[in-house]
Amino acid sequence: MAKVTYIDSHGNSKSIEVDNGLTVMEGAIQNNITGIDADCGGSMACATCHVYVEEKWLDKLVKPEDGEIDMIDMAFEPKKNSRLSCQIIVSDELDGLTVITPEKQS
Amino acid sequence: MNKTDVIIIGAGPIGLFAVHQLGIKGLKAVVIDNLDKAGGQCIELYPDKPIYDIPAVPECTGKELTDRLQVQIKPFKTNFYFNERVEEVKSDKENWIVKTNKKNHFIAPNIIIAGGVGSFEPRRISLKDAAKFEGKSIFYSIKNKDDFKNKNICIFGGGDSALDWGLELSKFSNVTLIHRRKEFRGSEHTLNEINKLSKQGKIRIKTPFQLEKINGNKKIQSILIKDDNGKTEEINTDIILSFFGLVMKLGPIAEWGLNMDKKTISVNPYNFETNKKGIFAVGDICNYSGKLKLILSGFHEVALASVECFKRARPNEKYKFEFTTSSKTIQDRLGKK
Repeated sequence: MAKVTYIDSHGNSKSIEVDNGLTVMEGAIQNNITGIDADCGGSMACATCHVYVEEKWLDKLVKPEDGEIDMIDMAFEPKKNSRLSCQIIVSDELDGLTVITPEKQS
Repeated sequence: MNKTDVIIIGAGPIGLFAVHQLGIKGLKAVVIDNLDKAGGQCIELYPDKPIYDIPAVPECTGKELTDRLQVQIKPFKTNFYFNERVEEVKSDKENWIVKTNKKNHFIAPNIIIAGGVGSFEPRRISLKDAAKFEGKSIFYSIKNKDDFKNKNICIFGGGDSALDWGLELSKFSNVTLIHRRKEFRGSEHTLNEINKLSKQGKIRIKTPFQLEKINGNKKIQSILIKDDNGKTEEINTDIILSFFGLVMKLGPIAEWGLNMDKKTISVNPYNFETNKKGIFAVGDICNYSGKLKLILSGFHEVALASVECFKRARPNEKYKFEFTTSSKTIQDRLGKK
């Protein structure tokens, strides 16, 4: 279990206890966090669960695979700390993780 | 006005199997899809990715699944209307009238919405000025490459479309490839060609840059691009080509008066009818308690919906449940002797 904080582009934040093994995207969808669409349902095929990861957490995440980096190319305003939230799997080590959702997803 | 028994919206795997389930019951259908071919997400998002949970098919790709479904529905000689989007749905006594963006009209007692997550559209540039240049100086696809001769062209994107068009257009235009990171994703051959042209000065590459601003009035004069550190650069250009893949938009479906839950349509789990009699929703776009967004769930949903479609399309006939293994009528419809 890890507490994940989702901050929207206006600065509103919500913290959710997400079970280990779920993705940061699933944590958002199951708890009605706005700003993450996840149109493809987590198959790394749409880039609408794009988030900016708080810098200090970037190195603690498993590195993105090529397919994810390619999809981030398609995302709305990607930055250096861009990730697809469907590829971040929650574990105890990620307790406190903070992600910022972009202004829009598409 | 085209009269039929069922209007199917969406030519993804569930829309295709709907043709089958309706066809074996003797119902005629038309299929409308905004894409240029059948397959929906299976073709657009993961044509080469294997699927492992189609019953009795241990492994097949999105493309293989689409191809096989098309073979399976061949006997029903169904009309497909591709590159068309349904704009309007209105009732006409017991029937529904559907109007597309190409001004085609269809009338039927049933509509099956198998629209996935909505219709695919190019991912557009989000700068607010971008819309006014679309179709004049900004393009998301190329219909006729002659329109792009002897121009200054900036191409955005790092995948196959950006690279392939970069190579092609550099033969007769001044091309700049702009991408948010240094690596491009393409076949080795394409990447080698791009490198070669770049060294010869026949194509310009700007990485890691993103579009920051568009300058111009009626036509684009120049653009400003920015890198991760905030450094900007101005490039004179006539045309922007942007290849950032496709997004799925629900579009006009949201305005048809159907009960919706976020981006999905609420249905009952008995025949997958919506709150409007004769309008059904199946596959990823429908929502009921326990819904799983799996292809196999969609197959089940459409089988049940097709029974209700039959009752509405043939109110004077009794629906008879039959097996394909033993029904002569079904085998006739499938063209089997």
